[in-house]
Amino acid sequence: MSAINTLRADLQLIADWVAPSSRVLDLGCGDGALLSWLNRHKAVRGYGVDFDVNNVVRCVEAGVNAIQGNLETGLAEFEDQRFDHVVLSQTIQAMHNTEQILVEMLRVGREAIVTFPNFGYWENRWQILQGHMPVSETIPYEWYNTPNIHWCMLGDFEALCAKNGIRVLERVVMNEEKRIHFLPNLRGSLAFYRVARQPG
Amino acid sequence: MSDLTRSVGIVEAQIAEFDTPLHLASGAVLPAYQLCFETYGTLNAACSNAILICHALSGHHHVAGRYAADDKAAGWWDNMVGPGKPIDTNRFFVVGLNNLGGCHGSTGPSSINPATGQPWGSTFPVVTVPDWVRSQARLADRLGIERWAAVIGGSLGGMQALQWSIDYPDRVAHALVIASAPKLSAQNIAFNDVARQAILTDPDFHGGDFYAHNAIPRRGLRLARMLGHITYLSDDGMGEKFGRMLKSGDYQFGFEVEFEIESYLRYQGDKFSDYFDANTYLLMTKALDYFDPAKDLNDDIVAALRKATARFMVASFTSDWRFSPERSREIVKALVAADKEVVYGEIESVHGHDAFLMLDGPYVNLMRAYLNRVAEEVTA
Repeated sequence: MSAINTLRADLQLIADWVAPSSRVLDLGCGDGALLSWLNRHKAVRGYGVDFDVNNVVRCVEAGVNAIQGNLETGLAEFEDQRFDHVVLSQTIQAMHNTEQILVEMLRVGREAIVTFPNFGYWENRWQILQGHMPVSETIPYEWYNTPNIHWCMLGDFEALCAKNGIRVLERVVMNEEKRIHFLPNLRGSLAFYRVARQPG
Repeated sequence: MSDLTRSVGIVEAQIAEFDTPLHLASGAVLPAYQLCFETYGTLNAACSNAILICHALSGHHHVAGRYAADDKAAGWWDNMVGPGKPIDTNRFFVVGLNNLGGCHGSTGPSSINPATGQPWGSTFPVVTVPDWVRSQARLADRLGIERWAAVIGGSLGGMQALQWSIDYPDRVAHALVIASAPKLSAQNIAFNDVARQAILTDPDFHGGDFYAHNAIPRRGLRLARMLGHITYLSDDGMGEKFGRMLKSGDYQFGFEVEFEIESYLRYQGDKFSDYFDANTYLLMTKALDYFDPAKDLNDDIVAALRKATARFMVASFTSDWRFSPERSREIVKALVAADKEVVYGEIESVHGHDAFLMLDGPYVNLMRAYLNRVAEEVTA
């Protein structure tokens, strides 16, 4: 069994947002690193969801309960408001049904944590000015093989939230593991949002 | 994976006699009965490493190994159960049994009813999945097993694993429910009834008392099995294996065997009718039809599963249309709603319902990973 004691920096930031003993649903959970860490350090309960059976196997090896499923078809396996936190880490930009998953996350959970590579990051803009689609640490694909089909910048995501009656509780923008406060949409490569339904 | 070739070796079936009456769901009472079973591996001192394997419609207690070195075939799940295999007999004490009503050594319609000195035949009571589970619990008592490390089954076997977790929550640590369903659909029941009709209308059936007539309803059994086999395979798998291949190269313009698929189904049907009891077939299909753990709870499967304390692994196969992935997802959804721990794998396979007996890579990996988890708990 793989015991993951240090988390990748972006996952650690998510983990810091998760309340102890809460119920967590991790969408696109991969090898289960986040939930495995949360299980051991914050005694959370919950499930990972992943499309790839090999990731389900990795989760089981890490002691994580994973459910194989396709996020594009929604979260029909989960009843309303079953979870305290629903996590979607660096996956929303690769989804077809972007708006639907955001709405679904807040149907099954009280709070959603969404992270994505910020397309507005200056290095991306610079590569576009040079006449090419951006390729970087957070976007490690060429235009012809990228799974990422729905790029957005900070303002775009916030507008989608507003359109769906979702309010931003907290936003962190990072670049190479450092928090960016000044000109985040230009200087930040990775965006982290904690969102919830508007009250009432 | 070379370790998949290792075997538990030569095994022997055992008989456990029970003389405490068993009250069945139907209201009938079985005054005494015997269960035929096999075990592999060693029960540890804490009696905590036992795994129960529940069989499907035509299965039995001979799960792994061979009775003699020159046996042509090994037990029905020999590819999954053995030293170093996913259900690892170096770590687990594995129990397989023939269910009540069976025809492989446990008391069933072809057994002699001590009250009459004749085979039970048509008088053998209908048994249900909860009845089986209760009889299996008595076998567990007999073997000194207070709590199973895991109860595992595919298809009808998966239903038993699910029922175990509901009826004996304290006695099951893990339930592995593979290629199963929370209850049968109308289509499932329809297929079962066609199979039953084939048997019931065979003139050699004699109302179930064919033993006295020295007859065997072979035609009915054969048809039932042929129909069953169609539902166990996927359209793609069947196409891949048989396609439109002809035995003799060209059309014969008659009704003898021409296509390879006909030959395959007839062979399977013939083989089956040589050894399987027609009454047992009827009983097994009825147990399937009646299975519905939510029936007495306003059809609320979540309420039924809330009692369970086991952790679950549910698996399905993409090309299985007898118990499709949707049916397994119903179980998963209910388990999540009941706040249970569950792992779910939906395995890409062309093998249809039969896939639970095959060795598709991700399936073996999932079983191995999950049972490693179980084994680590047992030895912890």
